[in-house]
Amino acid sequence: MTQLPTLDNPVGKGSNTSIHKAGSRWGEGLIKFWLQVCALLSILTTLAVVVLLLVESFEFFTNVSPVEFFFGTRWVPILQPSSFGVLPLVWGTALVTIGAAVIALPMGLASAIYLSEYASDRQRAWIKPTLELLAGIPTVVYGYFALTFVTPVLKTFIPNIQVFNALSASIVVGIMILPMIATLSDNALRAVPISLRQAAYALGATSYEVTTRVVVPAGLSGVMASYLLAISRAIGETMAVTIAAGQTPNLSLSMLESIQTMTSYIVQVSLGDTPSGSVAYQTLFAVATLLFMITLVINIISQWILTRFREVYD
Amino acid sequence: MAFVSEQENRNLQRRHRKSKIFAHVCAAITWASVLLLAVLLYQVCVDGLGWLDWQFLNSFVSRFPERAGIKSALVGTLYLIVLIALFSIPVGISAALYLEEFASKGRLSRLIELNISNLSGVPSIVYGILGLAIFVRFFALERSLISGALTMSLLILPTIIIAGREAIRTVPMSIRYAALSLGATRWQTTWSHVLPAAFPGIMTGVILALSRAIGETAPLIMIGAMSFVAFTPRGLGDSFTALPIQIYNWISRPQLEFHQLAAAGIIVLLLVLLLMNATAIYIRSRTERRLK
Repeated sequence: MTQLPTLDNPVGKGSNTSIHKAGSRWGEGLIKFWLQVCALLSILTTLAVVVLLLVESFEFFTNVSPVEFFFGTRWVPILQPSSFGVLPLVWGTALVTIGAAVIALPMGLASAIYLSEYASDRQRAWIKPTLELLAGIPTVVYGYFALTFVTPVLKTFIPNIQVFNALSASIVVGIMILPMIATLSDNALRAVPISLRQAAYALGATSYEVTTRVVVPAGLSGVMASYLLAISRAIGETMAVTIAAGQTPNLSLSMLESIQTMTSYIVQVSLGDTPSGSVAYQTLFAVATLLFMITLVINIISQWILTRFREVYD
Repeated sequence: MAFVSEQENRNLQRRHRKSKIFAHVCAAITWASVLLLAVLLYQVCVDGLGWLDWQFLNSFVSRFPERAGIKSALVGTLYLIVLIALFSIPVGISAALYLEEFASKGRLSRLIELNISNLSGVPSIVYGILGLAIFVRFFALERSLISGALTMSLLILPTIIIAGREAIRTVPMSIRYAALSLGATRWQTTWSHVLPAAFPGIMTGVILALSRAIGETAPLIMIGAMSFVAFTPRGLGDSFTALPIQIYNWISRPQLEFHQLAAAGIIVLLLVLLLMNATAIYIRSRTERRLK
């Protein structure tokens, strides 16, 4: 029995026509093979990252106990006596991320609401590209902005702030992730069908009530996903925090002091000349593994939210 | 006789007032973020424009700020752009074509898809560590231009693949059917019909990804791009520096003059980025016109 031809099988499998052979030119299979190799390169990259980080971290954990690493509160990897408690670095990252989130999450959502609910088409047409421009500025520029503009401005209000501090780093990282939240959430809110808004308006709701009780709840999965992506970006952010927040591992609650994040520690080690193979060098991989795991988990959660909680409208 | 009581009327007025205030607050916040961009650019220009001249563009780094320039970093960045484009564009487009046009929608392609979207969320500094271990150490390419370019290519591949797939998906099925029904093979259809139609979209994505790559600093620091390079690289194996690295180096010095040099460097970097984005828009508008 012959099958009907499909796009994958233009002449139909099992049919004995000579067109089938003529249709396949020499080299076609080779090309397909090359394309497949290119696609598989992405899996290879992931494998390389995972294997590399695990092998090197394993080396590290043969020298330092995991209990000391995860629960220790002193991070002195290079000087003697050394101590490898990663908590100060994790706390530094958390402090900057929380600060950035406090600024960027509400502001980003407000911008998204303005763009999707209130702005005219003409305003949208140039505000959105401007926000994307803000997102495209290299992070080293934000570091410069923090050090030469934000910190001096803060100093006029808070005289005892240090030159390197967590606050100005938080502010610029917040500015950096804001456009990402605004544009992604705007897409999510615009995907909410107009009929839902019309129904709410017809019941006499004001635009504030329509936005907060109908549109935002309907687009919530997209908004949440954008929040998580932005937070994972803030955690992985390197240059702005390295420049603005300093290099002092610190468990303090104060945002006015110099701190060190996981990423800026990695930069610090690679700028110095730590001999490869030493325990101090292996900390690089242990910290990077932790960073990789944290961002990976957040990204997976955000994808899960997108597929699991998406409201589908016809 | 009124339809609503005094109480209800006040209530309604309050709700409308609240709604108006909310709209204004949202607008103000959005405009504030646009204003931030203006402040940022203004600040950089005020600090840096005074230092930006031919001497700055055409000199190597120096311990004396008035003699320092950005030549090696600018040349390094230009080399990087070309090399990254050479590595990442063919591979990225090939992978996107495979996933959209050739792969059967099975478990493997779902795995690749999931994997690519996760890779695009990996912090850039982790790519730097990967580059350090694989290209610099394992393949013994040293701290060279080619190590930097390969690392950056890995970094932007997921972005290129995702943008490429979106562009390919917008090509209408009828174009493929037309080619296939005339006897073209799968690859002939892809190469001479799908790819040209998707080209503007792909190029836009590619150039946006490239401009992300040249602004990235952390991976290059990891693989050890030096910041005191007083020569332009001659070959792929030479050590190099790039604009963001040079800017970072100047920022991390305490003297004010070096901060102003950094601002001048930032202006150059932003101009390069602007030029690339303008190219993307130009390519898109040109090819779109031709296809119509």
